[in-house]
Amino acid sequence: MHPALAVIFLTLFSGGGFGLMALTALVNDFQIDGGLNPLQTMIALIISMAFVSIGLLSSTAHLANPKNAWRAFTRWRTSWLAREGVFAVMYYPFAFLYLVWVFFTGGTHDAIGLILANLAAIIGLITIFCQGMIYAVLRTMRQWNTPLVPANFYAMGLAIGATWLAAIQQLTTGQPDPALIGIAAALLVATGVLKGIYYFWISRPGGPTIRTATGFNRFSVRILDQGHTFGTFLTEEFGHQLPPAKAKSIKILMYLIAIILPLALLAIALWGQVAALAVLAALLVLTGFGVERWLFFIEAQHVVNLYHGRQQC
Amino acid sequence: MRLGLVIDLDTCVGCHACAVACKEWNTSGTTGALTDYHPYGAEPSGVWFNRIRHFELGDYPHNKTINFPMSCMHCENAECVTVCPTGASYKRAEDGIVLVDQNKCMGCNYCSWACPYGARELDRASGTMKKCTLCVDRIYDMEIPEEERQPACVLTCPAHARMFGDFDDPESPVSRAVRERGGYELMPELNYQPSNKYLPPRPTRPIPTENLKKRGIRQVKDWIHQAVTR
Repeated sequence: MHPALAVIFLTLFSGGGFGLMALTALVNDFQIDGGLNPLQTMIALIISMAFVSIGLLSSTAHLANPKNAWRAFTRWRTSWLAREGVFAVMYYPFAFLYLVWVFFTGGTHDAIGLILANLAAIIGLITIFCQGMIYAVLRTMRQWNTPLVPANFYAMGLAIGATWLAAIQQLTTGQPDPALIGIAAALLVATGVLKGIYYFWISRPGGPTIRTATGFNRFSVRILDQGHTFGTFLTEEFGHQLPPAKAKSIKILMYLIAIILPLALLAIALWGQVAALAVLAALLVLTGFGVERWLFFIEAQHVVNLYHGRQQC
Repeated sequence: MRLGLVIDLDTCVGCHACAVACKEWNTSGTTGALTDYHPYGAEPSGVWFNRIRHFELGDYPHNKTINFPMSCMHCENAECVTVCPTGASYKRAEDGIVLVDQNKCMGCNYCSWACPYGARELDRASGTMKKCTLCVDRIYDMEIPEEERQPACVLTCPAHARMFGDFDDPESPVSRAVRERGGYELMPELNYQPSNKYLPPRPTRPIPTENLKKRGIRQVKDWIHQAVTR
């Protein structure tokens, strides 16, 4: 697949924004380490809404004909993409009302505040599921057609949210919060493991071959000519490939940036009480998962490549 | 009705006439124009509804070249339609033709991701997805003679390798061809249930050469071959 920046930003930032919203609601629900104070809650909400907005705005850059974008809300009965749009927009009023409520009353965890927070969080989590299902329903790409995709989207969204929440907490108070840093670390580890399972899963060959694509199951089949002089829409959109050795080194780099370095930085931020390191960890997690999302797109191999001569995708 | 095409891989000569006729008809049709990018430049490209690939089957000496035209399969289980968020993609209930409403498409490419057969191509000029219409603006045209109410690709094929008809009618020429020649669908494991079917090459027997009467000059040559050692 063509790793379009617009779609990478859409899933990365909106996933992180919804994850941050969910973590904010959770921490205030259960009053983890006393919950977030109104200032922290408001900063978290503003960053969450900013992330979701960055994601949604960049997604419109992916449209070749954005004047019809409003129609994307109409086919929610069948299309996960339409469902994603509907839920992403539904998230805003609740998140915004919670922000207004906290600003005017300071009620981060009174009844009305928590109702608004949890509604925004649940809608955000549903949106992440819709986002994952956009890819998981496509039987044309075996690297996407697995329940591990929405699972990974959840893990990464929540991990981004948790690290940013820990950074916000430490930056505003100057004191590290062991519980929030612990949640972030646990989610980072879980994300790394889940992503590892995904990489193991997609490394096994499977799915249609050039033989089933042409129907000649009992012969070896080779391409003689693709039938076009230069690239077509199909080769531009689906022809991208990553050599396995390069993919492996980028994956190691991704694990380093997204999981290992942030874990180390969070530990130093906790024991050394350096708030800047928690912020750096949050930024690294976002960058690292950006690399992950790039890999997610470029590694997906569409079956139309079989008609361009690939033996298996 | 379930309209679609039958492609005869036995007789297709790979001349690309179907693709050219398709482009000619449809560029001024309901989904036209089919934009070309740098048609006279160093890297010509553009929107086509038909793509013809060429494959080699088997290994020498038991190999064979197959010319392989592909267009929209007008699937029964058309996921390009279910994934479309705007409702621009639709499958007609009356004849099963899958179409894109150019006024509704927002160009998100999602339907092309869902299509295993590469039938959908984005037109960068209009920003909309375009695809084979099965010449819907031609097959119902009462102004033209009845025998011409067929897709442009079918009419133009010099090898008669393309047939157009109704698969719901078991006695239609396409249904009979599929039945008698073992017509099959591409990538059945994905369960898109494509309407278009492909007829495999007919099995051919090798022409016997052993018992042919040898000519005089050939006998002399054979004698020389035996007499002269290399």
